[in-house]
Amino acid sequence: MRLTGAQALIKSLEHEAVEVMFGLPGGAILPVYDPLIDSSIRHILVRHEQGAGHMAEGYAHATGRPGVAMVTSGPAATNIVTPLCDAYMDSIPIVVITGQVPYANIGTDAFQECDTVGITMPVTKHNWLVTDAQDIPRIVREAFHVATTGRPGPVLVDLPKDIANQQMDWYWPDGVDMPGYKPTTKGHPKQIKDAARLMSESRRPVIYAGGGILKARAAEALRELVELTGFPVVTTLMARGAFPDDHELCLGMPGMHGNYTAVTSMQQADLLIALGSRFDDRVTGKVDGFAPEAKIIHVDIDPAELGKVRQPDVPIVGDCRQVIEEMVKAVSANKAKHAEDGASWPSLDEWHTRLREWQRDFPLVYDQQPDGPLKPQFCIDQLRDHTPDDTIVVSGVGQHQMWTSQRWKFNHPYTWVNSGGLGTMGFAVPAAIGAKVGMPERTVWAVDGDGCFQMTAQELVTASSERIPVKIAILNNAYLGMVRQWQELFYEERYSEVYLSPDLPDYVMWAEAMGCVGIRVDSPEEVEPAIEKANSIDDRPVVIDFRTDYREKVYPMVPAGKSNDEIILDPAHDTYGER
Amino acid sequence: MNSDIQHHIYSILVENKFGVLSRVAGLFARRGFNIVSLAVSPTEDERFSRMTIVVDAASAPLEQVTKQLYKLIPVIKVMEMHPDDAVERELMLVTVKAASDARSQITELASIFEARIEDVGFESITIQVAGRPDKLDAMTDLLTPFGIVELQRTGLIALPKLARRMGRLRSVKTRPA
Repeated sequence: MRLTGAQALIKSLEHEAVEVMFGLPGGAILPVYDPLIDSSIRHILVRHEQGAGHMAEGYAHATGRPGVAMVTSGPAATNIVTPLCDAYMDSIPIVVITGQVPYANIGTDAFQECDTVGITMPVTKHNWLVTDAQDIPRIVREAFHVATTGRPGPVLVDLPKDIANQQMDWYWPDGVDMPGYKPTTKGHPKQIKDAARLMSESRRPVIYAGGGILKARAAEALRELVELTGFPVVTTLMARGAFPDDHELCLGMPGMHGNYTAVTSMQQADLLIALGSRFDDRVTGKVDGFAPEAKIIHVDIDPAELGKVRQPDVPIVGDCRQVIEEMVKAVSANKAKHAEDGASWPSLDEWHTRLREWQRDFPLVYDQQPDGPLKPQFCIDQLRDHTPDDTIVVSGVGQHQMWTSQRWKFNHPYTWVNSGGLGTMGFAVPAAIGAKVGMPERTVWAVDGDGCFQMTAQELVTASSERIPVKIAILNNAYLGMVRQWQELFYEERYSEVYLSPDLPDYVMWAEAMGCVGIRVDSPEEVEPAIEKANSIDDRPVVIDFRTDYREKVYPMVPAGKSNDEIILDPAHDTYGER
Repeated sequence: MNSDIQHHIYSILVENKFGVLSRVAGLFARRGFNIVSLAVSPTEDERFSRMTIVVDAASAPLEQVTKQLYKLIPVIKVMEMHPDDAVERELMLVTVKAASDARSQITELASIFEARIEDVGFESITIQVAGRPDKLDAMTDLLTPFGIVELQRTGLIALPKLARRMGRLRSVKTRPA
């Protein structure tokens, strides 16, 4: 069968079971948009190419399937660099297709030409420049394979316009032949044995669960390991939901804005079992002072993560689910042997008691007075308590993100979508749209900041026109809140370029102009009715403008560069016991 | 292994494809690994090229460099060679001032170093010398008093020593299947 390169590309995407793609056409990608008309693939027309990339990410986060975005050359390609980098940092599988000027024109500074492959090399797992239409099915197959296997990540296929118009003989490859790409998924048996031995000797263990648990679909396996061992679990920002917050052994989020128990348990642990986590600086604080007494078992599918920051005692390269399942077997065998020998398994009672005392003495607190200014934490608590348990929550980056991660009860995997590694402001609105497209039956709420919202809000026009009823809660404190917090704490309250104004823009009018329902909330008693109203609307997006207290800060906090032992608690702790 | 070594030598087998050099060089740049020298050439198999990269050991933890290289999809095999276990060669071309009274001294020096006179002018001569980097350094030092006009070195290329290829070669890491 003779096809054009463009037809072959669309057909290849169909073979990869792509159901939806996010994009915006332009000159160099025009040939591919023509066969798209006759394809089963749903295309969602975005208002800015960055939106297409973040939507693909949100889709991938929520569904586990690769998100697909397609844009043209030049400025469209550079606009999608941010989502590529975001997906690279957070290991999100997305496939981006970019148009390119005709092959013969490459290097001539042609109209809308840029070196897309060169620019995106450092922010993709791999990328391809197509030089022959005959290669298209093979390259698409390889692209999806690379994006979704091993440590997942973004890939990019750059397609020159003339190649898209070239004729080729259709085929679909049986598999991929990539001699330089063979990820290790099975953990080394000896290493797993060593890990099980350390686990059976530990008195103060902590499981340090990272985003890799979710990528490996290992939440069930993790639960099994926890129930078997009684080890407490911290879930990093990327792993919220990987272990249920309502489980008594879940300690919540560690790190710079982690809760006291999660942070301190790691500091005092004698064993850390890092599963798909990468010792990020926001988790470790000053590396030299991090978990000083802990031995480290580090499981990751990416060998380069092992020993990158902290040298593990037991490094295990492998897929988290497979390795955890093997660990469960090894620990069970150890336990059986202990019982056979009449030896007692080390008791964790003392450790559990200490953890419970910390949880009792150092809970997350805030102070909402009935007639006082509206507290952002109160809004999040109300939202949490008035939405279904399996609601997908999406956030931008900053104070609102930390409060949401701290206060939400994530009891299911794949219910938390956010930008962790890159910290991309403006992520929430498009990512929420992508998540809702992937999971249309679920309620999707984005909790956003006013600064973030202004970066990508125009994608709500996409949501309205495509009938994607996402809900956005803006915690509008009229400031770039996290930056303001740092200026207050570390720059002697010298506020430099952080004021945004609460009502410029008018968020309700803006929402209405984009085809959404806009609601404004000024006081605590208005919060619940507004949420209920938003929940009752499912034919269009809803935006709630919560006017929150600009003085509120995110606590606890470990100042940048300090050891996690120097954690600062909320000043409200001083009065907490009296209420 | 000698703990005060300053350089690591990597011999990297890569797919002979568009942009591979850029991927490898970009990796070194963004991870902050300093390259001392780099040589790229085709191998006996036209599908592959071999890169020999000498890296400043202080800037680049050996294991991280190897692991990061393996993350590049066109990278097939990475060998880290200890200088004791490798046959190393580098080529240097140097043009040195050679007025008639100095010329015989320079040619004498060249013969000691088994160097070849490649070009002769009225005021200068161009010499080619091959060998281990320290030999080229020594030759350069000895030629400096005459006045070096121009100097060019190829960067190191290396292959593992045959006698030790099976048993004693250190840190030969192949990708696990």
